[in-house]
Amino acid sequence: MSEARLSLGERDDGPRITLAGPLDAAGAGAVWTKSIAAASKLRGRTLAVDISGISRCDTAGATLLLDMEAAGGGPLALIGATEEITALIARVRATRMPQPPPAKAPALTWRETIIHGLSAATEGIAFLGETAVALVMLPARMRMFRRQDLWTAADAAGVRAVPLVMLLGVLIGLILAFQSLIPMRRFGADIYVASLVAIGLVRELGPLLAAVILSGRSGSAFAAEIGTMKVNQEVDALTTMGLDPVTMLVLPRVLAGIAVMPALTIVLDFSGLLGMALVLVGDGIPLTAIGNQVAYWVQPSDFYGALAKSAVFGAAVAAIGCRAGLSTGVGPQAVGVSATAAVVGGIVGSIVLDGIFALIFFRLGI
Amino acid sequence: MDTPIIRGTGLAMRFGARTLFHDVDFTVDAGEVFVILGGSGCGKSTLLRILVGLQPPTAGRAELLGSDMYGSSQDIRTRIGVMFQSGALFGSMTLLENVMLPLEMHTDLPPAARASIARMKLGLVGLGDATRLKPAEISGGMAKRAAIARALALDPPLLFLDEPSAGLDPITSAGLDALILDLRRDLGTTFVVVTHELASILAIADRCIMLDKTAQGVIATGDPKQLGETSDNPTVRAFFRREVLMSEGKEQR
Repeated sequence: MSEARLSLGERDDGPRITLAGPLDAAGAGAVWTKSIAAASKLRGRTLAVDISGISRCDTAGATLLLDMEAAGGGPLALIGATEEITALIARVRATRMPQPPPAKAPALTWRETIIHGLSAATEGIAFLGETAVALVMLPARMRMFRRQDLWTAADAAGVRAVPLVMLLGVLIGLILAFQSLIPMRRFGADIYVASLVAIGLVRELGPLLAAVILSGRSGSAFAAEIGTMKVNQEVDALTTMGLDPVTMLVLPRVLAGIAVMPALTIVLDFSGLLGMALVLVGDGIPLTAIGNQVAYWVQPSDFYGALAKSAVFGAAVAAIGCRAGLSTGVGPQAVGVSATAAVVGGIVGSIVLDGIFALIFFRLGI
Repeated sequence: MDTPIIRGTGLAMRFGARTLFHDVDFTVDAGEVFVILGGSGCGKSTLLRILVGLQPPTAGRAELLGSDMYGSSQDIRTRIGVMFQSGALFGSMTLLENVMLPLEMHTDLPPAARASIARMKLGLVGLGDATRLKPAEISGGMAKRAAIARALALDPPLLFLDEPSAGLDPITSAGLDALILDLRRDLGTTFVVVTHELASILAIADRCIMLDKTAQGVIATGDPKQLGETSDNPTVRAFFRREVLMSEGKEQR
């Protein structure tokens, strides 16, 4: 494929840039940067460009010539331009608008960052308040509450998550048991691996991992569903019909989250204990001894506390997912951004809540 | 003379430092087909969102059916219908369920009566045989008809249509125009239509206001059939005559 060629020369009347070959979209690229650089070097002097040797010129070639003119800071003195090329350059010149310098996104100051953070937190709290009000008002708005949506959300977030929760539970139990067994064996305390893993699973890991799974599977799905409805103006349609989007879209999902999370936590706990038992039985510890250890060390308060915690995680993950959906903006990336925000927000929110629960349980001596 | 069904007074919308429009005043009388028109980006759809209560104006007052849209109870929402540009039908429901939804939420009608009314509304827009289809299974024109049927579910006296002809072929678009005129004649519904489709405007509009991005407000009010001839504003004349508007204000065929 032939390309344009550039040469620089000095004549009696001053410097001259000579362009030859095809000055079109296919060929001009070869000389583009050099031509602009050459024109810049001649800034302040007459910019004579000889194009008598070019075989073809299209709008790309004309654009190059005009860019050279802009780089040279003065009008081009074109040598050998045909009528067609002169007309083409004039046509391209007419379309060129003075370009404002690209607007740089101003860097956020600390103050602005804090204000943004506080504003986001305020909006989040306002949404939680709105959801709480919708929950309180539910008896008066029962006809807006779609039970079918509740069952669908509970099925998607709960029943369909069970295989994944069981798989991850067994794996976590296996891993924890393996990791604990080696150091504990040094002290002859193999049997205490059962109580160690059981307490860790029931009190902390069970609710937290279930919340992470709920966030990844369902929080993102809630955000995507509601976000798509927002993009398709379905949420606006509800509002103009006098229907409350929080009651119709958010409450069924939040209630589903509250309902399924304790169940998922129980499934994860038992799966984890099963995984742990597989390792310990393989190590020669009798199943009865493992059961006794778990029953002795895991108190009912651990179990019930974890279930209460998981219900709150469920509400938080679902509410964060729904809020991300309702906050969906415009454009092709909007739903994806909302889904990501739902997952990240759900996980972070669950961990923050877990920290608060840890503090409360510590103060209560649970 | 009757009280206007809509009265917009000094409506303004600003986004930060950017003014979309300001000082927009107009009235819509009962039984009219009133068109809000203008070029892309002039604020037509935003004005519609203000009128249907989805976005408060930066300044001014929007009165619908004698009540301030932003100071009254939610009841007013049951007295207006809105058809969004995309149709905004609920994808998980059939067309019949979509139309039944407002009846289910705002009336105590038994399910059989709701279904019967919804079928009638779908029949009214020519979709009597598509009641069991879902939005994904119908064409764009059908979706807009179904959205009109849903907006008509509660027999509102006032119906807002956002770009009803957008994305439709001329025949389907003309069919939709005829439907609007039929519904106005048969039900006495007042229509506020946002569009920039000249053929539709000339076919259906009794009166219109024209918004302009450069003027940041209303540049013409009146009968669209006459505005192209009588307006002094070059943008208005260019719009109605489908002419290229030259930057210095001259027109060119």
